[in-house]
Amino acid sequence: MTGSAPAIEVKDLSVGNGVVTAVRGVSFTIPQGGRMGLVGESGSGKSMTALALMGLLPMGWSTHGSVLHDGVDLVKQSDRAFSSRRGRTISMVFQDPLSSLNPVRRVGEQISWVIRRHTGADKKAAEQQTIELMTQMKLPRPEQLVRAYPHEISGGQRQRIMIAMALACYPQLIIADEPTTALDVTVQKQVLRLLNGAVNERGSALLMITHDLPIIAAMCDTVAVMYAGRIVEMGPVQEVFRNPRHHYTRGLLDSQPTMDNIALDGSARLVSIPGMVPPLHNLPTGCAFNPRCPAATDKCRTVMPELAGEGLQAACWHPVDSASEVAAQ
Amino acid sequence: MVIYVLRKLAFFIGAVFVASVAIFLLLRAAGGNVAAIVLGKDATAEAINALAHSWGLDRPLPIQYFDWIFKMFTGDLGQSFRTKEAVASLVTDRLSVSIPLALSGLLLGLVIAIPVGTYAARNVGKPSGAVLALLSQIGVAVPVFWAGILLSVLFGVRLGWLPTGGWIDWSQSWVGAIRSLVLPVLSLGLIMAAVLIRYVRSAVLDVMNQDYVRTARAVGMTRTQALLQVGLRNAALPIVTIVGLQIAELIGGTVIIEMVFSLPGLSRMILANVAAREVIVVQSTVMLIIVFVIFVNFVVDLLYGILDPRIRNAA
Repeated sequence: MTGSAPAIEVKDLSVGNGVVTAVRGVSFTIPQGGRMGLVGESGSGKSMTALALMGLLPMGWSTHGSVLHDGVDLVKQSDRAFSSRRGRTISMVFQDPLSSLNPVRRVGEQISWVIRRHTGADKKAAEQQTIELMTQMKLPRPEQLVRAYPHEISGGQRQRIMIAMALACYPQLIIADEPTTALDVTVQKQVLRLLNGAVNERGSALLMITHDLPIIAAMCDTVAVMYAGRIVEMGPVQEVFRNPRHHYTRGLLDSQPTMDNIALDGSARLVSIPGMVPPLHNLPTGCAFNPRCPAATDKCRTVMPELAGEGLQAACWHPVDSASEVAAQ
Repeated sequence: MVIYVLRKLAFFIGAVFVASVAIFLLLRAAGGNVAAIVLGKDATAEAINALAHSWGLDRPLPIQYFDWIFKMFTGDLGQSFRTKEAVASLVTDRLSVSIPLALSGLLLGLVIAIPVGTYAARNVGKPSGAVLALLSQIGVAVPVFWAGILLSVLFGVRLGWLPTGGWIDWSQSWVGAIRSLVLPVLSLGLIMAAVLIRYVRSAVLDVMNQDYVRTARAVGMTRTQALLQVGLRNAALPIVTIVGLQIAELIGGTVIIEMVFSLPGLSRMILANVAAREVIVVQSTVMLIIVFVIFVNFVVDLLYGILDPRIRNAA
């Protein structure tokens, strides 16, 4: 660790494959031990951002900008140098634990491989640590479970194995990309609680990617909202969720089902954002959200707004509070 | 795993039984009256019947079938009508040519295809990958006999390094035997490799796009480690499948290669005996080949169980 340097500092990150640009000039900083949520619809570029930070983009995609982490710019790392960091200082929990675990290796072997790779522990010590780690992850009968294959255990257990692999070496930053989306609702909470506790205990920073806003509210200090490859609003979770400035964030919050907006007769009064996420190869000029925005003006259709503001930042020419004034004029 | 093996074993035995009935009936249906053909059109009915009787061909079919099968179990593959030579001894001689030819051909094919196919998969989209894909495409289009003739012209005629054909028996000189096998094995192996490269390439390519390979890299494997430790291990399954399917292709290839290089192998023996209407010889040797092919597929099934815990447990 390098003193008080942030766990990760992303500057002007862009990700493209030569045809489309999925992430367009994203910047954010997560301090040591900080927790940031990244929200947005599918196709907003949040998963691409995560893969870019890990240096694991699919073939043909490349990264521009800089990602400072542990004293180096990750964008400039060779595969070999980067591989010695992955799983050690920066690691990731993926969405679907069944497809993300090697089907032909026992789960214990998969965890202990990570320990041996990064700590140089011998086989025996690594196996011992694996069992301890699995106990921490509240996996039942770890001595027997180490010998199981991924298909032999439940979805929740698989995700705990995945988390154990990601946290095995006490990384500075953990990226969790929709870690509970593929799980049964009944185990989602358990897995999140476990992830939360384990991250806390290690003092790691967390980048939580999800479209589930209550998860962000419960687990993160700050939140960034992505739309069409850009961060459109970013700030402390409470502020963003109570008083969103960007109309897209407003729309996202309004379309969350809560107990309040389900009427007594059982019918839900849910609001949805009109229109669709624009395709990356055909983005509107100006603010990408303008075709769906209730407050859009000619300025929004021509000039792209940048993030502005202290504390809570929004990239909007007519932020929510002033929107009513615009309409009144 | 035990249940899995037993199930596959039962399947193996069932397949062999069905195949034996099929080959028996097919030869009876296609053979016509063998004794009449052998004696020619001037033969009398008595002579034909007497010959058929002495060969046991006038017995009811089920009796002929069970007689043949039970004798097979004791290692008695029957005997040639004309020379009275035991089929078993005819076959063992021939196998000392055919087995080394087929197995070395397959082995060479794999030794070439696995690294080259993997390399092609890693370099997909780059010129080197495209060149390999093109070469293997051409290789697939080359008939095995033509490959044999080309190699024979180059190494046998032009360079004079190796015999262009013929056979020196192992008992005479094993160096000579190996020398006579080099070009046939090379032709067979290269053609096998061309086919296999494409399957290895697509199997590896498919596996490398799987989430678990990404996970392997996310916890610290380099691209090469992920390819060798996770990718190849998972790609082994589709590769083993295709090798099992290629066995039939391989045997077809040895028939042609034995002709091109005048090797006294099993395939040439079968062809000669088909022409001579030696029903028992053909029936028994074809049956042996079928058992071999089914056995290879049995081994492939067992390999699945070893390679993939999901299949092993599903049984």
